[in-house]
Amino acid sequence: MPPKPVFLKVIDISSFTLLLIASAMVFLYAPMEAVMGNVQRVFYFHVACGWAGFIGFTAAFVCAIGYLRTGDLKWDIAGLAAVEIGLVFAFINIVSGSIWARPIWNTWWTWDPRLVTATIMELIYLAYLMLRQGIGNPARRARFGAVYAILGFISVPLTFFSIRIWSTIHPVVIGSGDPEAKGAFDMTPRMLTTFLFSLFTFSVLFVDLYWNRIRLGIFGERIESLKMKAMEEA
Amino acid sequence: MLFQEGPAETTGYMILGFAAIFGSLLAYLFSLSNRRKNLEKDREILEDGKK
Repeated sequence: MPPKPVFLKVIDISSFTLLLIASAMVFLYAPMEAVMGNVQRVFYFHVACGWAGFIGFTAAFVCAIGYLRTGDLKWDIAGLAAVEIGLVFAFINIVSGSIWARPIWNTWWTWDPRLVTATIMELIYLAYLMLRQGIGNPARRARFGAVYAILGFISVPLTFFSIRIWSTIHPVVIGSGDPEAKGAFDMTPRMLTTFLFSLFTFSVLFVDLYWNRIRLGIFGERIESLKMKAMEEA
Repeated sequence: MLFQEGPAETTGYMILGFAAIFGSLLAYLFSLSNRRKNLEKDREILEDGKK
């Protein structure tokens, strides 16, 4: 694999440092929430992971358009990387939300619009990875991936706005939510600072992972073409 | 929770939550590193085959 660019090394170190600072803020700087207790601290990274997941799926949407316009396979590599990282963050978002819900809603899972749309979104993009595996021709695979990523992107705004459209018990962090929401709380200035810092940290972490994953994808593509060449020569 | 006097004791769930968050991130980093190592091995095999 070609050596890492200096700027990527800087982002590697920065994202690790930011994650350490964000963790310190979550545990030491942000106050304990008056009703929910310590489990509320999960909220900072839970929302930040959801945010990073949305960035990933949006990047995949942009890459899909890029591929359909140019036919350049680099867009496909970038789109696949974006979906994969988006899936990791969306998975963490769902699992950490479920853990938060257990003491607050008294259940690990409920058929709430936000939980359902987030899980459907996760499954749609998981299917993207699985269905790609079944297509051997790289150009066909990329075209299929691009069309699928554009259609699948419908689930992203649907998930984001679900708590603002339908009656839900999921709290709304920004803007007003359903009065029936359980677990909503008013953020103190320290909580807000920690929340915004966590969003920033996970945005940088996304960029870092994304760049590293694209490099891995390009390297994998190079190895794949070397294999094809070796097979033709044999 | 309606008539409780102080914050609920939910530290165990907080630990579980952060274990899931950091555990998943570490697992993904491990997966990236593993895939890179496998590709490096493939490249070495292909280069040896050329010689």
